[in-house]
Amino acid sequence: MPSLGADMESGTLTEWLVKPGDRVHRGDIVAVVETDKGAIEIEIFEDALVAELLVARDTEVAVGTPLARLDRVGEATPSPPRVAPAAVQPAPAKPAPPVRPAAPPRTMPPPVSTPPRVPPPTAPPTAVTVPPAGTRRKISPAARQHARERGVDLDRVVGTGDGGVVTVADVEQFVLAAAARPTAPPEERAEAADVAAAPRGDVAREPSPMRRAIAAAMSRSKREIPHYYLAHTIDLEPALAWLERRNAQRPIEQRVVYGALLLKAVARAAAENPALNGYWRDGAFDGRAVVNVGVVIALRGGGLAAPALQDAGALDVDALMAALKDATERARRGRLKSSELSSATITVSSLGDTGVESIYPIIHPPQVAIVGFGAVVSRPWVAGGGLYVRRVVTVTLAADHRASDGHDGARFLATIERLLAKPEAL
Amino acid sequence: MNEADLRQAVLQALYSIAPEAEGEPIDAQANLRDQLDIDSMDYLNFLVALKNAVGVEVPEADYAQVASLDDCVRYLTARLPSA
Repeated sequence: MPSLGADMESGTLTEWLVKPGDRVHRGDIVAVVETDKGAIEIEIFEDALVAELLVARDTEVAVGTPLARLDRVGEATPSPPRVAPAAVQPAPAKPAPPVRPAAPPRTMPPPVSTPPRVPPPTAPPTAVTVPPAGTRRKISPAARQHARERGVDLDRVVGTGDGGVVTVADVEQFVLAAAARPTAPPEERAEAADVAAAPRGDVAREPSPMRRAIAAAMSRSKREIPHYYLAHTIDLEPALAWLERRNAQRPIEQRVVYGALLLKAVARAAAENPALNGYWRDGAFDGRAVVNVGVVIALRGGGLAAPALQDAGALDVDALMAALKDATERARRGRLKSSELSSATITVSSLGDTGVESIYPIIHPPQVAIVGFGAVVSRPWVAGGGLYVRRVVTVTLAADHRASDGHDGARFLATIERLLAKPEAL
Repeated sequence: MNEADLRQAVLQALYSIAPEAEGEPIDAQANLRDQLDIDSMDYLNFLVALKNAVGVEVPEADYAQVASLDDCVRYLTARLPSA
């Protein structure tokens, strides 16, 4: 079980895409693992022959546990059991919790063995939604998710949407109504217990696995990383005008969103300012030459994912747009690849073209910098002695003071500004 | 395509990018992006889906004219390729 993030401790193997006897090649997707970050496709890193699957479907195992035994290709035939088992990953000798000294109390509940998980893993979400009788109820997907989060039994919720569809508002109504009831007199308690279970679960709501993962990573970041922050407002008019002219000449499928330009500028600026690109590990800065830009993608229904666009500075704007589109779609479908989740060397969090003007993001450990872009807004702007209305964006940098200083950060933001002033050269 | 068909086509295009919105009430006069929390990438995907369904391509300069569900229907009605 590969580690797909700094705070991942275990994952559940939900699907095998290979079977014993299959030939696999470097880069093939061999399995799907459900983690805090959603479903992740596991890639293989060598050409081999699958000898044996060691972990059954729907089993949760600790990071480092071998998932399968592989035979090297070219060595005879797969015949009888070979010794020298090769694990999928260079199995980190026994997953023992090596890094963390036993001292600091863990902030996250140990994920593997402890029982107090609310929905028993044996009950797949679909079980909730199947109506008892043969009646097929209509429930909006959002309402379904809402009910799951709040521990509401949908069978008890009355639908008031078009054609009796159960909506989010109906679920909310049910929760409120149930919450109003729990203080029933003692003699009614027995009967009410059943109903009260829902609101009580609501009060002490257990965070979703993704929420827990975000909480753990961000807590670690704020605990360990001495952040410093810089902000700068950039005239985005040249970049936007250039992009709008370019988009106007193309069919809609080939339009590029301005976010792709921002990513390109960040990737190139990070290459020019290497103190911001890489990792802080074991008390030292591990700088990287290649810039893999992690993109924070808000997921519909809450939470986020930050897949990396590999070597983003080397991609032209169209290729970068295609990569961004692909990663966004897969992040929202919950199908990112293992390599995408652990390879970012710097991250960008962009609020998009609506919303507030600035964001002060939190570094994703073990990275050493994160760049934030606020919404694009029209503002009075002085240029060359004249006053103009320009579309501007506030770019912020949160960086690890162990790895770089404010001076490096300021140069980095100035580089982004310089690059965006000449979009045609990006 | 009549107006009801167009409205349906717009909704289908919306559900393709915001599946959780299906079955939920939509305010036909409110900004769709605010209402359904659609980012610029998904908004572009929505317009591509709309073009594939209806055959009308919305230029970037016209984005403000297709902000709400009613806007979309009005905009498309005026530009439907005459059969």
